[in-house]
Amino acid sequence: MTTIKGLFRFSPSFRYGAIILILVLIMVGLSYVAPYEQDARRPVPVNQPPSGDYWLGTTSQGQDVFWTLTYAMRNSLTIAGIAVLIGRGIGVMLGMISGYLGGTVDRILSSIVDSFIVIPRLPLLILIAFILRGEITTLILALLIGFLDWAFPSKRYRSQILSLKEREFTHSAVFSGMSTARIVMQEHLPFIIPFLLADIVSGFLFAIGFEVTLSVLGLGDLGTPSIGTMIYWGNYYQALLANRIWVLAAPIAASIIVVVGFYLVSIGLSEYLDPRTRLARLQVAG
Amino acid sequence: MNNIIEADNLKAYYITKAYGVERTVKAVDNISIKVKEGEIYGIAGESGCGKTTLLKVLLGAHKPPLTVVDGSVKYLFAGQEMASLTASSNTLRDLKWGEVSYVPQGSMHVLNPVRRIGDTFHDFISAHRPMGKHESRKMTRAYLRDLGLPESVLRAYPHQLSGGMRQRVTIALATILWPKLIFADEPTTALDVVVQRGVIQLLREIQQKEGSTVVLITHDLGVHANLADRIIVLYAGKIVEEADTRTILKNPRHPYTQYLINSLPNIDEKTERVSIPGRPPALDNPPDGCRFHTRCPFVMDKCRTIDPEMIYIQTGHRAACHLLTEEISHVATA
Amino acid sequence: MTLLKEFVLPRIMQWVVVVFVGVTLTFLIPRLSPVNPVDQTINRLSSFQRLDPDAALSLRQSIEDLYGLDGTMFEQYLSFWGRVIRGDLGPSFLAFPTPVSEMIGTSIGWTAGLLGVATIISWSVGLVLGSLAGYFPNRWWSEAMEKILITVYPVPYFIVAFILLMLFAYYWPLFPLVGGARGTPAWTWAYISSVIEHGFLPGISVIIGAVAFRFIISKALTSTEKSSDYVQYAELAALPQRKILFSYVTRNTMLPQVTDLALSLGTIFSGALITEVVFGYPGVGYLLLNAINAGDYNLIMGITLLSIVGIATASLLVDLSYPFLDPRVRYH
Repeated sequence: MTTIKGLFRFSPSFRYGAIILILVLIMVGLSYVAPYEQDARRPVPVNQPPSGDYWLGTTSQGQDVFWTLTYAMRNSLTIAGIAVLIGRGIGVMLGMISGYLGGTVDRILSSIVDSFIVIPRLPLLILIAFILRGEITTLILALLIGFLDWAFPSKRYRSQILSLKEREFTHSAVFSGMSTARIVMQEHLPFIIPFLLADIVSGFLFAIGFEVTLSVLGLGDLGTPSIGTMIYWGNYYQALLANRIWVLAAPIAASIIVVVGFYLVSIGLSEYLDPRTRLARLQVAG
Repeated sequence: MNNIIEADNLKAYYITKAYGVERTVKAVDNISIKVKEGEIYGIAGESGCGKTTLLKVLLGAHKPPLTVVDGSVKYLFAGQEMASLTASSNTLRDLKWGEVSYVPQGSMHVLNPVRRIGDTFHDFISAHRPMGKHESRKMTRAYLRDLGLPESVLRAYPHQLSGGMRQRVTIALATILWPKLIFADEPTTALDVVVQRGVIQLLREIQQKEGSTVVLITHDLGVHANLADRIIVLYAGKIVEEADTRTILKNPRHPYTQYLINSLPNIDEKTERVSIPGRPPALDNPPDGCRFHTRCPFVMDKCRTIDPEMIYIQTGHRAACHLLTEEISHVATA
Repeated sequence: MTLLKEFVLPRIMQWVVVVFVGVTLTFLIPRLSPVNPVDQTINRLSSFQRLDPDAALSLRQSIEDLYGLDGTMFEQYLSFWGRVIRGDLGPSFLAFPTPVSEMIGTSIGWTAGLLGVATIISWSVGLVLGSLAGYFPNRWWSEAMEKILITVYPVPYFIVAFILLMLFAYYWPLFPLVGGARGTPAWTWAYISSVIEHGFLPGISVIIGAVAFRFIISKALTSTEKSSDYVQYAELAALPQRKILFSYVTRNTMLPQVTDLALSLGTIFSGALITEVVFGYPGVGYLLLNAINAGDYNLIMGITLLSIVGIATASLLVDLSYPFLDPRVRYH
C-alpha cells in the first residue's frame, strides 16, 4: 500500500495514469446503473446531437451515446482482462518452464516461441474471426486475443527467470538445500510479481488495441457494445459523412484515454522497478 | 620536489533523492593529500573505501549524484596553479590526455566493441591533437613499437584481444600523448599474476621514460609494494595512514594497515593468515567515532565516540589512530 | 564456417518452421471452425437468388472442389501444399474467377510500398530522435518529444489513421479521402505526384505509431549505453560529443535494433493493413476488408498465408544482415 502511495506522489506518469484509470473505472461503474439495457432497441430518438437530455447525443440505432459508452468501456475492459489473463498466464507458464528447466526443453520451447513471434497476429486473428463470424461472443473474442499474445511475454518472463537463477541469493539457497519449489515461491516470486503487474498493465493496452481493431472491422461481437463496435456502427451509419461526429468522437476519445491511462501507469511501474532507481530508493545499511 | 596535485579537506558525497527517499553516502570524507612530481603514489584500500570516488574528483570527472561538498583540488603544472573544481570544462578538457590522463581497468567493456583499436587510438589522439588518420596511425605504430606491443593489435577488435593485451593497449591509449600525470585505476585486477607482472613493468617503463607522475589505485598491496614510492591507505572514506612504501610495509602503525600487510602472502613465513571479522561499513551510515572501531582488535572506549585526529609520526608518515595519541602521551610523560 | 553453422543455418531453419506452421495454420483454421464454409457460401449465394436443389448440389460440389475440401484431411493437406508451392491460392469469390494470387499481386505493390517507406523512415527517424533524447535526457526538446510520443504510442493504429482521416481529409480537405493514385500508372510526374499525395496520410499514420515505438526503445537503449564503461571512458577523455554519440553510443545501440526491426515488421505490417482500410488505399489491407465483407474465403486465406510467409521472409533477410554489422559475431 505504501508503495502505491509513494508511486502516486513521486511518479508523475503513474499519477496521471492512475487518475485516468480511476475515471475509467467510474465510467465502468456507471454502466451498472445505466437507465437502459445495453442491447435495448431504440430506447431514445435516433441521431440526436449532444444536449442536456442526451449528454453525448444518440446513435442511428437509437441509443444514448453516453450510457452506451459506459457499457462499451465495461465490455472492452472485460475482454481485455480475460485476454490478458490467458495470454500472460500462458506466457508466465511457458517462460517459467523454459527458464527453470533449461537444457533441451528450453531450446525447443524457445525456438517454438521465436517462430510464433514472427507470425503477424492480425491477419491470423482476422482469418479466425472471419471463420467464426456470427458465432463470436465477447468471451470468444477475448479468448482469441489472449491465445495469440503469449509469445512475447513468455520470452520476457524466461529472461527474468534466467537472470534470477544466476543471482547470488539463488546460488546460496540451492547450496543450503532449499527445495526448488520453495526457492521459486519464497525467493523469486517477490521479484516476478511486480514485473508481472507492470506487464499485465501493458498487456491491457495491446488487448484493447486488438479488440478495437477487430471490432472496427466488423469481426467482433456486433450485438454487444464495446469501444470498437461503437466505432463500427458509427461508420456503418455513415456518421462521418452525415456530420454526426459525436457518435464517433466519443468512442475514439475513450479509446485514446483508456490506452494512454494504462500506458502511463505501466511506465510509472517500470520506472519504479528499474534496478537503478531502486538502489537510490532503498534505505539499506551496507 | 614540487607537488603536482593537491587535495585539501576534500569531502565528496553521493546524494540521491528518489521517490521521497534521500540518501547520502559519504564516500570521501575530509581527505587531504599532496602528490609529488615524478613519483608513483599509491592509494590502497578495500572496495568501497572511497578510492574510486577520490579518483573521480581528482580527475574532475565527478557527476551528480556525486557532489563535492567541501574542499578543493589544485593542479600545479609548469609553475601554474589551477583549482580544478572551479575551472571551466574547456580548461579541463585542454588538459586531458596531454597533461592528465587516466588508465582504467582494462575490462572487456572499456573500449568501443565495434571499433578497431587503431580507430579508437585515432579518436583519442585527434580529440586533443587534431591530425589526420594517416598521421595518428604513424604515431600510434611508433608508440606501440616503443612499448613492445605488436602492431597487429591496431586492426583488431577489443574482443579479439586477451585480457592482458587489452590492459596493455589501454595503458598505451592513455599515455600516448605523454601526459605528466597518470591516474591508473586497478590496472592489474582480474589478470593472472604473470600478466600482472607485464603490466606493472609497462607502467614502470612509461613512468621512467616520460618522467610522469603516476597515481596508482588498487586494493592489491602487492602491486603497491612493487611499484609505489609512497602509499596512502584509505578506509571508509577517510585516510588511515600514509608513508613511503618501505615504512608502510615494515612499520605500519595503524591496526588496519597492519592487517593489510599481514594478509600479504609471504613466501618465507608459514604462519596462518588472519582475517579481521566483519566488512567495511556502509558509507550512508558510518559508525561513530573511528570508522574502523567495529573491527579493530585494539579498540578502546574513546574509539567508539571520538574520531581520531591525524598524527604526524615523523616526516612523511602520518596516521589517524587513538593508539598513537596514547603512545605519544606515554612518551611525553615518560 | 562456424558463423554459417551457428547463426545462418538455425535462422533459416526457423524460417522453414514458420512457413510450415503458417501454411498448416491457414489450412487448419477454416477446417476446424464450427461453421462449414461451404454452407456459409451456399447460404450467401441463395440469399441473392433462388437455387433449385440440383443446381445447389452441383454448386456445392464445385465449391468443395475449389476449396480443396474433397478427400480426407491428409489428402487435402497434401494437395494444399502442392497448390501453395505452385502459387495457386484458388479463385477469389468476390471477383470470380480471378485467381486470388492475381488479386493479391495487384495490391501487394501498394502495401509493400507503404510498408517499406514507413519502416525505413520510422526506423531511422525514431532511432535518431531516440538516441538524441537518450543522450541528452534533460533538454526541453528531449522531454517534449518524449511526452508527445508517449501519448501517441499506445493508441491503436486504427484510431490514429481515423483521426488523421477526419482531420486532414475530411474537415480540412488537404488530402484525398480514398484511393492510391489518380490516373493510369506511368512514370509521369502527374502520376507520381498523385501517388505521393494519396500515400501521404496513410504513410504518416503508420509512421507516427512506428516512430513512437522506435523512439521509446532507442531512448531506453541509449540511456543504458550511455552508462557503459567505454562511453564513460570516452567522455572522460573529452572526446567530442558528436563523435561519442555517433561512433560510440548509437553504433552500438543500432545492433539490437536491427534484430528487433525484424520483429516489429509484423506490427508495422498490421498497422499498414488497418491504415489501408481507413483510407481506402488499394493495398492488401483494403482487399482484405472487401474479402471480409463479401465472405471471400479463399481471398482471406490467401492474404493470411501471404502475410505470414512475407513477414517471415523479410525478418529472415533483416536478421541475416546482422553479422555484417556486428564484428563480434563476425569474428568469433
